[in-house]
Amino acid sequence: MINVDSLTKTYGRFTALQDVSFTARPGRVTGFLGPNGAGKSTTMRVMVGLTPATSGSVTVAGRRFADLPNPGLEVGVLLDASAQHAGRTGREVLTIAVATMGLPRKRVEEMLSLVGLTPTEADRRVRDYSLGMRQRLGIATALAGDPDLLILDEPANGLDPAGIRWMRDLLRGFADRGGTVLLSSHLLGEIEVIADDIVVIGNGRIVAQGTKADLLAAAGTLVRCRDLAGLQHALAAAEVDFTPTPDAPDALRVDADPEVVGELACNYGLALAELRSADSAGLEAMFLELTADTQREGVAA
Amino acid sequence: MSTLAITDAPVAATRHKQPPAPIPFRRILGVELRKMFDTRAGLWLMASIVILAVTATTAVILFAPDDALTYGSFASAIGIPMAVILPVIAILSVSSEWSQRTTLTTFTLVPSRSRSISAKAVLTVALGIVSMLVAMLIGAVGTVVGSAIAGVDRVWDAGPGVLSTIVLAQILGMLTGFMLGVLFRNTPAAVVGYFVYALVLPGIFVTLASVNTWFADNRGWLDVGYAQGALFEGGLSSQQWAQVLVTGIIWLVLPMAIGLRALLRSEIK
Ligand SMILES: Nc1ncnc2c1ncn2[C@@H]1O[C@H](COP(=O)(O)OP(=O)(O)OP(=O)(O)O)[C@@H](O)[C@H]1O
Ligand SMILES: [Mg+2]
Repeated sequence: MINVDSLTKTYGRFTALQDVSFTARPGRVTGFLGPNGAGKSTTMRVMVGLTPATSGSVTVAGRRFADLPNPGLEVGVLLDASAQHAGRTGREVLTIAVATMGLPRKRVEEMLSLVGLTPTEADRRVRDYSLGMRQRLGIATALAGDPDLLILDEPANGLDPAGIRWMRDLLRGFADRGGTVLLSSHLLGEIEVIADDIVVIGNGRIVAQGTKADLLAAAGTLVRCRDLAGLQHALAAAEVDFTPTPDAPDALRVDADPEVVGELACNYGLALAELRSADSAGLEAMFLELTADTQREGVAA
Repeated sequence: MSTLAITDAPVAATRHKQPPAPIPFRRILGVELRKMFDTRAGLWLMASIVILAVTATTAVILFAPDDALTYGSFASAIGIPMAVILPVIAILSVSSEWSQRTTLTTFTLVPSRSRSISAKAVLTVALGIVSMLVAMLIGAVGTVVGSAIAGVDRVWDAGPGVLSTIVLAQILGMLTGFMLGVLFRNTPAAVVGYFVYALVLPGIFVTLASVNTWFADNRGWLDVGYAQGALFEGGLSSQQWAQVLVTGIIWLVLPMAIGLRALLRSEIK
């Protein structure tokens, strides 16, 4: 369990985090979603005590991270896979971590094979590692202490499709055994396939949070109808909110369940071409909308 | 890369339920010691201590006149490269963590930054002492070999007294490097800082002393290089010891305290 309580972080006059509160629960994968510069990494650095918070607090497993006697055995952390000594071999990087945690040396080989780094690769220096290999090494370090909690900042960054698939299964299994996983990403699709809970941050503020199911339901219904004007009229008359979607000219995203929309269409004698829950398209639209003022591009769908 | 399998992965092991024991300081020392040697750069730096001591000794045998083949000559010849390499090692032990960004892992595995830094400080001093013992041994071998080659008597003109103040001077030099590493947390800046300390400051003090008589009279209390220079001669008066102490507080302890304070509170990225 990770508990973030009213976290605020300012850099001079710039507020990087404002009153951020959320909880990552055991047995669940919590996705921490937000556009570039939203404050995901800053939040995670505060969690592990690398960045001092201006106010607010974070507890992991009920304690401040700094108060954990041997944090590697309780919390696996991967903040930046590139932050490794370029002159050390991958094996040496793991050996140091394992030695610090006080684990037997054989753990190094176990972790290397777990993340799919071959012995030859393990003997290569980190400066010669590809991004994906660094990421795997970082994941190996985070998992070495067999922790109950994982804090991972963009762990899928640089992984190939097989690697992403593997990580997804790994994190799923980890949560299913009762572990707590918090992982960040700026890619909705990535979070959507793996997370149970989603926390959306934009501009240093939490803009939405909840279970994926709830957020998906909130994303509404996608409906297509040749008589678009008629449909719009019917929806307006029933006081149901809707927005055009960029996907198709005759489609609308409606803030109501498919069932409600279907009945309404029937009452007005409208023939629907498509009617379904908006799911990811809706979630993406919502994500872009929620974080609209923080988008560098300044446009939202 | 080999194929990935998670089926019988070790993470699937049963969750440990007992709260873990705190990390003992001894273990942090061991890990930090390992980190000093586990890169090619680190290994060469350590090897260079021996290489430079042997080179300086050989140079004395080859180029010094026969009557200068005394232990004192060897000791001072070895002391010069040591005074450069040891502080650089001390700087790197701290600054490379920041330059290589390994602090991210180091301080998440050991959140108490002061414990990691203390371990580094202990190892730096220990390394300084060991290096100087090795250097003295190499100097002694040089004295025996050199005098045998030249066919002159062995002269042991540097006793335990001066040798121990020389070791002290070298340790102070290392701690100065360490302090600069802590203060700047950046390798190039700390190395430049060390050369300012070792080369620029003395020049300024010499100039000051030549234009200002008050400063010339009180130089030993302010000029750290001048005060510590006495350690290489040995036989310090109590006033000279006091000057070593006072300049040490001004130029070493004070900036170290400022640097440590900043290091403990700084943001690690
Ligand atoms: N030391 C600092 N001084 C000033 N601003 C900072 C500092 N550190 C971070 N910031 C700002 O805080 C904001 C949040 O940055 P953060 O790295 O947490 O974003 P992020 O959500 O991780 O983004 P990304 O998806 O690009 O990784 C950014 O605007 C960043 O520029
Ligand atoms: Mg980030």
